[in-house]
Amino acid sequence: MSERSKLLAGLGLLIVLVAGGLGYIFTRPAWTDAELVTLKTLWIGSLPPLEPDPSNQYGDDPAAVEFGKQLFFDTRFSSNGEVACGTCHLPEKGFQDGLPLAQGVGTTNRRAMPIAGTAYSPWMFWDGRKDSQWAQALGPLESPVEHGGSRTFYAHLMDEYYRAEYEAIFGELPDLSDRTRFPEAAGPVADESARAAWEAMSPADRETVNQIYANMGKAIAAYERQIMPTASRFDIYVQAALENDTQTMNATLSDEEVEGLRLFIGPANCTRCHNGPLFTDNSFHNTGVPAVESLPEDTGRAQGAQDVLADEFNCLSAYSDADPKECVELNFMVAEGEELERAFKAPSLRNVTTRAPFMHAGQFTTLQTVLNHYNTAPASPAGHNELEPLNLSETQMNAIIAFLYTLNSEITTP
Amino acid sequence: MQNKTLKTILTIALTAVIVVIAFILLMPVLGPRFMHPLMSGRMESMHGGSSAPSELDYATERSTDNGAFQVSYTSEDAIAINQIHTWTLHVETADGQPVENATITVDGGMPQHGHGLPTAPQVTEYLGNGDYLVEGMKFQMGGWWEVKFNISAGDVTDTITFNLTLDG
Repeated sequence: MSERSKLLAGLGLLIVLVAGGLGYIFTRPAWTDAELVTLKTLWIGSLPPLEPDPSNQYGDDPAAVEFGKQLFFDTRFSSNGEVACGTCHLPEKGFQDGLPLAQGVGTTNRRAMPIAGTAYSPWMFWDGRKDSQWAQALGPLESPVEHGGSRTFYAHLMDEYYRAEYEAIFGELPDLSDRTRFPEAAGPVADESARAAWEAMSPADRETVNQIYANMGKAIAAYERQIMPTASRFDIYVQAALENDTQTMNATLSDEEVEGLRLFIGPANCTRCHNGPLFTDNSFHNTGVPAVESLPEDTGRAQGAQDVLADEFNCLSAYSDADPKECVELNFMVAEGEELERAFKAPSLRNVTTRAPFMHAGQFTTLQTVLNHYNTAPASPAGHNELEPLNLSETQMNAIIAFLYTLNSEITTP
Repeated sequence: MQNKTLKTILTIALTAVIVVIAFILLMPVLGPRFMHPLMSGRMESMHGGSSAPSELDYATERSTDNGAFQVSYTSEDAIAINQIHTWTLHVETADGQPVENATITVDGGMPQHGHGLPTAPQVTEYLGNGDYLVEGMKFQMGGWWEVKFNISAGDVTDTITFNLTLDG
């Protein structure tokens, strides 16, 4: 063989290898079996059917769903007649408000949380101080900066505007017309006169009001239970990946989005907390999120754990429909320890890109800031930051953000 | 003569280039097998050391650390992340007799992440025949978990650590 033909043969081999390599890159490497297993756990098709809430026997009653929807948007249920649940949980904004701190009749110390998929969560609020959607709904109603009312005030509104709807679901609404027994404003609230009026009521009358109040929450929860995310581009991609349908895979996610997904389930460690089909473990984590100077100290789950144990409307309470044995999350919860210090609930990442600003007090205005924070993992203002620095490049962080956009989808509502 | 030397050098150079390019292009297929140990070490730390030590024993039936008891566990369903569930723990003496009236505590966590269990599981009931009901088991992410039991029966106390890996 002449030198020339050797050279030509070499060149030919080089061209074949380059073409083959490029072809390989452009057809994209398949996911490993282990990665496919992880992708399937994140796929919305892996979301199990929603189990009934044992603490709310009305949770799946269509009349309660309809009634709860009316209550959710009724601004009469507030001290100034302008605030409803839907004021901060706006359906057109994914059931949140886009503000760093929620604005009711005043300003709260935390960011309004989204609602979609929370029927699957054992804990509500950033600190998990409530253990059901119905108990959660009752918190803001009596908060002086959210709805600003009291439970007798709401019971009277129920009597005035919704007697028929209430009685169709929960049975007879007791006679509340005696204002000496059932004052206009009474409840265990911050307002001193309302609190004093509540203390002055007989235990039996307080119980009557508490029952009406709990039922209000149960109706609102029946509506909220059905607020769910739907399949996103990511889910279409995973379904295609599970069926080995490369054509649909390539048509659904871009190279950058796939790279972001690869980082998300791999070196970026995102699935340590944002796992399962709702991209959350519904648990509490200290991720070193900075404190807001103007706000009071926030210990997160450390306080929330104590609050939920003491909550008069928790799963073990007289107003819960559950058998105490069914309250497994509450019965076996971790009540104290350093891991709870300044730990906050991991929110679902479905539709996250539509929900700036981020974190429990809206500390970060952009996803870039969020990714930078996780990438550097600064020391926590209190307790221990669970994160370790990731050392991702700018390109890699942008790929993860591009991937997060693939999780956007319509939210279904009843 | 000079011309021939030049051609030989060119051929060797070209072959070297081909080998290098081929290696680079084949990297995704070859995987980390031929990587320098330093590089693969970096890859490991990039993954947060998420791969468990390879010599772990994942058996669901084991002898306790000092050999006092033979212990096995079963879960009500296949264990999935974020699902609270129950285990049944079966405790026998080393010679196969069921152990009754044992006092058992539960602990555990992820050694590589330095955190414990997300719940506080407890043995809530003796089911008979050496079986104990463990309620409140939960794991909130995929990967390597340890579940530790401290078992006391009569004047004997022993411990056991089960390893499990979960998808997620």
